[in-house]
Amino acid sequence: MTGRPPRPSHSTDRLQRLLALVPYVVSRKVVGLAETAATFGVSERELVDDLNLLWCVELRAPDPYCPIDLSYEGGEIVVSQAESMDRPLRLGVDEASALLVGLRMLAEVAHAAAADPGPADRSALSRTIAKLEAAAGEAAAPSAQVAIQVDRVAERAVLNTVSDALGRGRRLHLSYYVPGRDEATERDVDPMRLLVVEGRTYLEGWCRRAEAVRVFRLDRVLGVEVLDVAAEVPADAQPVDVDQGLFRPSADDLDVIIELSAYGRWVAEYYPCETVTELGDGRLRVSLRTPDTQWVRRLALRLGEEGRVVSPPDLSAQIRDDALAALAQYS
Amino acid sequence: MSRRKTERLLGLVVCLLSSERYLTATQIRDAVPGYPESFDAFKRMFERDKEELRELGIPLETGSNSAAEEEAGYRIPRQAYVLPEIRLEPDEAAVLALAARVWRQAELAGAAAGALLKLRAAGVDAEETMQPGIEPRLRAGEAAFGPLWEAVRDRRPVTFDYRAAGRSEAQRRHLQPWGVVNRHGRWYVAGHDSGREAVRVFRLSRIEGPVQFSGPPGSVTVPEGIDVRETVRQWDAPLPPQRSAVLRVRHGAGHGIRRYASREQPGSDGWDLVTAPFSDVGWFAEHIASFGTDVVAVEPADLREAVMTQLKGALA
Repeated sequence: MTGRPPRPSHSTDRLQRLLALVPYVVSRKVVGLAETAATFGVSERELVDDLNLLWCVELRAPDPYCPIDLSYEGGEIVVSQAESMDRPLRLGVDEASALLVGLRMLAEVAHAAAADPGPADRSALSRTIAKLEAAAGEAAAPSAQVAIQVDRVAERAVLNTVSDALGRGRRLHLSYYVPGRDEATERDVDPMRLLVVEGRTYLEGWCRRAEAVRVFRLDRVLGVEVLDVAAEVPADAQPVDVDQGLFRPSADDLDVIIELSAYGRWVAEYYPCETVTELGDGRLRVSLRTPDTQWVRRLALRLGEEGRVVSPPDLSAQIRDDALAALAQYS
Repeated sequence: MSRRKTERLLGLVVCLLSSERYLTATQIRDAVPGYPESFDAFKRMFERDKEELRELGIPLETGSNSAAEEEAGYRIPRQAYVLPEIRLEPDEAAVLALAARVWRQAELAGAAAGALLKLRAAGVDAEETMQPGIEPRLRAGEAAFGPLWEAVRDRRPVTFDYRAAGRSEAQRRHLQPWGVVNRHGRWYVAGHDSGREAVRVFRLSRIEGPVQFSGPPGSVTVPEGIDVRETVRQWDAPLPPQRSAVLRVRHGAGHGIRRYASREQPGSDGWDLVTAPFSDVGWFAEHIASFGTDVVAVEPADLREAVMTQLKGALA
């Protein structure tokens, strides 16, 4: 009795699509083939196949008839007869919950991050939540059992300054703490947007020192100042694809292998590991890719006997030297 | 094969949705193309079809048109089937699209996309515009999220193996789940642990193997007045600082320590004397060790001792 439901078969996926397709066209009267295919995430050929299937539906008794009549000529779809299929199926519990939990998360974020929660924004959220709850009916109730908690951004002053620069398109000067190197860095940044990922707030911007797009955790900003210079984000600056994760390894990164005790397992939860292998008794072997080994050296000292960098060997030797030098200060 | 089945199921939905009366199995077989001739084979296929429609959330009703009719029939009441009218202003449609995107890499991504499709089919234009400002995301969830969400939704108790922090072995736990909470980007489930007879919070990433249902739907009662967010918050809250440490911090370094210092006395020998609060000696010693030669614990003695042990551990 495992919890995970079987994946819906291909034919029910398609059935769901067909049940939505008819009302989609009906509610818009006329709609383009290409646009519809994009909305439903299918190719135009698949869409035409769907339309043919709908058009072919027939009932044979009491009298034979075809309940759906439609045409798709000149790249436009028109449904002239849809019978009882003209409205979409109501929302299921999972569907209603996904949207309601998402909306409530947005409300949490707006509340936590907005310097001065915009009245317009917040009311759009609460209006949408109310309308969706009404439309979902009973299916809305279980969503209350899922909560997303976003802590109020502690760095109010930082957030206010960053929002101000974003709003007015101004360049920022940041003093930014890099824990991996225990360094306070100074840099000018042209702000692009604010991100909230995994409960933390980040500024994404064009870093003029790195000449690249960088993300900065607001709780690591030591100081911030709006400069009297217009922000200039290069036209080809690629925003970080949040869905791929904020930090992505690159091809020239170094491979680091660490063996962890049961107590050191948290490393696998906190850092994006390439591979995680169980070694028995709760021990793990993880591999990471990183452009910079300084933070690994610091991590190794933090782990002590709960973790061992086994590769590359010169990094292991360096960590040993670090530990010896630190210990020497206690004699 | 799959196309024929889709055609048959679609015909079945249209047939039952169009009829105000209950239709008997025989009437359905006569009306909907694609069923086999043999009545037994038809019945088996029809049973599976009914099941599939119900799984999609289609309200398939059983009943009879009058007391005189012996054979039960089927219909899909239009009122229970259709999504009620919903009209959204452009700003509302925009936040809805943004809300669906929250899940893009997480468990309910499919459900969110399905919901958006139904709303678009109801005439809502939820354009995915690139919004300036805030972009919240939930990370791809742990494998346990799916079954635990189902358990919470359907109020069913669950059993799973859990490896608490620092434990070398997982332990079997029995939980009446009350709710799932995402805090700092991590998923937790809170509820009544039937083995421990107490309220417990579990981090989903530490659940090992499958989550199994151990009772029927509806058999879990969430106590009145429980706020699962508060339960998880209390469980996760850091200990308040109770002790004070004196550290030597190299001039210009140790920013991670200085940020939380209660006092900094600049020294003339290239080192500053920093006073910092802490609560857990073990954790603080690990933290100090991570600064290598830049931070030296001066007092208290147990902290100094713990840092030395920590550094020796890195040598072993």
